[in-house]
Amino acid sequence: MNGRIIAVHGNLVKAETSTRVVQNSVGYCVRGDGTRLLSEVIRVRGNVADMQVFEETRGLRVNDPVEFREEMLSVTLGPGLLGGIYDGLQNPLPKLAEQVGYFLTPGQYMTPLPTDNKWTFSPAVQTGAAVQAGDTLGTVPETLFEHAIMVPFGWRGTYKVQRIAEPGDYTIEDEIAVLSDDSGQEHPVRMRQTWPVKLPLCVARQRQMPQDPLVTRVRIIDSMFPVVRGGTYCIPGPFGAGKTVLQQITARHAEIDIVIIAACGERAGEVVETLRDFPKLQDPRTGRSLIERTIIICNTSAMPVAAREASIYTAVTLAEYYRQMGLNILLLADSTSRWAQAMRELSGRLEEIPGEEAFPAYLESRIAALYERAGVIELKDGRIGSLTIGGTVSPAGGNMEEPVTQGTLKVVGAFYGLSRARSDARRYPAIDPLESWSKYRGIIDPAKVAKVRRLLARGNEIKQMMTVVGEEGTSIEDLTTALSADVFDNCFLQQNAFDEVDGATPADRQIFAFDKLLEVLELEYAFADKEQARRAMVLITDLIRNWNYAAADTDEYRDRLAKIDRFIATKGQES
Amino acid sequence: MRKYYDDIRRIAGNVVTVRASDVGYDDLAVVSTGRGDSLAQVIRLEGREVSLQVFAGTQGVSNNDRVRFLRHPMQVPFSNDLLGRVFDGAGRPRDGRERINADGVDVGSPPVNPVRRRMPDKMIETRIPMIDIFNSLVESQKLPIFSVAGELYNELLARIGLQADADIIILGGMGLRHDDYLKFRQTFEDGGVLGRTVMYIHTAADPVVECLLIPDQCLAVAEQFALQGRRVLVLLTDMTAFADALKEISIIMEQIPSNRGYPGDLYTQLARRYEKAVDFDEAGSVTVLACVTMPGDDVTHPVPDNTGYITEGQFYLRNGRIEPFGSLSRLKQQVNGETRDDHRAIMDGCIQLYALCRESREKRDMGFEMSPWDRRLLKYGELFENRIMNLAVNIPLFEALDRCWAILAECFEPMETGIRQSIIEKHWPR
Ligand SMILES: Nc1ncnc2c1ncn2[C@@H]1O[C@H](COP(=O)(O)OP(=O)(O)O)[C@@H](O)[C@H]1O
Ligand SMILES: [Mg+2]
Repeated sequence: MNGRIIAVHGNLVKAETSTRVVQNSVGYCVRGDGTRLLSEVIRVRGNVADMQVFEETRGLRVNDPVEFREEMLSVTLGPGLLGGIYDGLQNPLPKLAEQVGYFLTPGQYMTPLPTDNKWTFSPAVQTGAAVQAGDTLGTVPETLFEHAIMVPFGWRGTYKVQRIAEPGDYTIEDEIAVLSDDSGQEHPVRMRQTWPVKLPLCVARQRQMPQDPLVTRVRIIDSMFPVVRGGTYCIPGPFGAGKTVLQQITARHAEIDIVIIAACGERAGEVVETLRDFPKLQDPRTGRSLIERTIIICNTSAMPVAAREASIYTAVTLAEYYRQMGLNILLLADSTSRWAQAMRELSGRLEEIPGEEAFPAYLESRIAALYERAGVIELKDGRIGSLTIGGTVSPAGGNMEEPVTQGTLKVVGAFYGLSRARSDARRYPAIDPLESWSKYRGIIDPAKVAKVRRLLARGNEIKQMMTVVGEEGTSIEDLTTALSADVFDNCFLQQNAFDEVDGATPADRQIFAFDKLLEVLELEYAFADKEQARRAMVLITDLIRNWNYAAADTDEYRDRLAKIDRFIATKGQES
Repeated sequence: MRKYYDDIRRIAGNVVTVRASDVGYDDLAVVSTGRGDSLAQVIRLEGREVSLQVFAGTQGVSNNDRVRFLRHPMQVPFSNDLLGRVFDGAGRPRDGRERINADGVDVGSPPVNPVRRRMPDKMIETRIPMIDIFNSLVESQKLPIFSVAGELYNELLARIGLQADADIIILGGMGLRHDDYLKFRQTFEDGGVLGRTVMYIHTAADPVVECLLIPDQCLAVAEQFALQGRRVLVLLTDMTAFADALKEISIIMEQIPSNRGYPGDLYTQLARRYEKAVDFDEAGSVTVLACVTMPGDDVTHPVPDNTGYITEGQFYLRNGRIEPFGSLSRLKQQVNGETRDDHRAIMDGCIQLYALCRESREKRDMGFEMSPWDRRLLKYGELFENRIMNLAVNIPLFEALDRCWAILAECFEPMETGIRQSIIEKHWPR
């Protein structure tokens, strides 16, 4: 023990020490009953260290011992992470449940990766080869992937392979290689390594411009406000507008190799849904269970706040690790506001000078630094890996003028603003088509997207006008335009997340449906009166919606499509 | 031997600072004054100085008074003897009967490991169509009623509470008026559930710190019953009073407020309580229904706003009705897929049409001509309000669904409802 507690306030402990203390290193506060509570040094002043404790501080006393360590808060990397369910500090929750029971008792920590599992190792280098940090020494199959066992990322310089393990079965603790450095000193390598969560993990030849569309199968995203692999997006919206559901369906349907879900400071029940559903759901692209491509990091709202701040970093570090294997990773964080609030709580206890709404002054730079960890990288052997980050934001009062939303909008590539009006009217997903934007190019020709956006904007204008002049003061042309905008909204932008078919639309079907809708929207209608216009639009809406519910390559599908074509051929006159 | 500390350094707000050693953070203490004893809780340790939050307030505490430390955190006695009893915020009997003699359990237990939670899947039928059809209530849900002074939110709470058919009901009253407490009592007595009810009541006349302790006691007791396999319903009213007590105390503690005077950890404080709602894997469950009065009828006020971000939906009670817009049960999709095949279609269809009806009403109120379509919507809105939204309606789910179909058929052509063909073919009244 090299320190002792001198003050406790919430989860902030001040400890006095006579030894060396490293900023951001971990330590343990030792409670009277011997329980060791993991903590992180967040400020050093003279011989006093301020530590945030990742657990409830209940029962700590002045003079209780503190154990300082040299290492920074780190995660363990290696095969066996996929399918894992961890808390924010990477404790495996299923194992904790087995050993500790119903509750997450403070001070119970467990190794994140199973140490007795055998992995079948195939070497990828030969003795004598020169290697550097991040180079692949061999691979082991993990669910769908060849998991690369890499030279530890923190090792500087070039090493020579002295020994490499024969093909065979090994645990993560077994030595699979021995490397020697310039001075001839030997270093053993195991399948697991560690990395400090707050430092970006990126060993690459160069970063590339993200431009490959990431298909989420949510129509309004893929067609109107696309996201690309390696890009970033945010989903701000008031409570109940559909942020979490949107993240959940993206986690299911996104065309990506690995999904990392960071459930940050929100409901435990939502995590339970994912962890109960995913093992049963099949990924249609691979035929494997969805859980095999997923890692869940959860620090739900009742869990300790300091660990909430760490959980986002834990998640992004795991994502970066798999990106180093040339895979495409999607990190979904729900909600980044809770992460920001955790910073705010801590900043308050540290008595730092508060910024807007009592958030710390460094809020924006922290947000920017987080999203900056996304991106496409070209590995040293030419393979490409990507990390896409999508975060929800929970603005207080639904007012997007607040610091977290504003700080996020400055750095992301796409913005999906959820609107209360749309969710109230059950128009899901409630992404506001007039306010949202994306800087990326997706699967639809941008000229066509622009056309539709003009139509939606015009439709909105006309409706605004109609609230002043009424329908009687609106020309039949304008009314038809407004109704057409509604058709597009009802038939394309809205999507029933709970329907087997409508819930996820593959890219080719989206492209086809988009064109079909354009045909409908661009018809030269000649309606006799407004009631006929309305009837025609009700009919086509009904036809297209039912077509959306029909699985491709079924009679139902063909039958409904034929009816839509007939509507087009007769310009809606037969309704 | 009991050890007393009498070196009181500071008395401010509800906080007393005393010099003492070997005191655990969060532990309880007893402050003895000339007027009697009050419980207090350690909220800060700094060298030899211990800051205590005094439950009964510091009025009358002097720098000569004595403090004794209990060496354990806040506890609540737990046994089956609690049933039928009434206590105050400090855990003292409020019903004139003897103290409970039982082992205490710590309040504020650690969170439940998500892996040990079940997926909620049991619908609670309330016989209120606005809930059963549109926002089904589910066992182990945490759900507040958002309302304003003057609405009968406590009555609604009690009505749903009785209908829920729980093994045990726990009522937590915060800033409750004595009349309201008596009304709850009467309702439970009439409903024949008083014998399986426990009440923790803080009234507006009691010290503010005691208000803070109500949810913790209710939820600690609920959790214990649930671990024994019982299905517990916790009713908390009014959580805005709880939040205001938090605000008052954090301001005294000179914390920097984040929003309209409320502390930055309001979200965390509320979440730690609401998240006690749980369906235990291989044990019982805790369902939490709360009332949240919205100051100024403003849902963006920090209390309803933070609550909405935490709870699994909310019911808006306004003008004596549960509003279809804004009201939400986030767990509805866990249960409404298995009730009847038209449940989801009616749920979406009826609300979308009602939204359109409101637009038509706005047009009408502006004096615009009503198209035939507008007139159909207006008629629909009227029927829907009278036969479905009206809180006097007290019918089972299937009857309510049939009633919706009848209303739709009275007003529209099948195609106009936006409901998909396969469902229309099966259910459209002929
Ligand atoms: N795409 C959707 N389709 C159907 N219902 C939805 C959709 N998105 C949200 N909902 C409904 O709204 C509720 C709240 O959504 P949720 O994503 O939890 O909101 P938030 O995370 O923004 O608070 C859900 O429980 C569901 O009932
Ligand atoms: Mg959410």
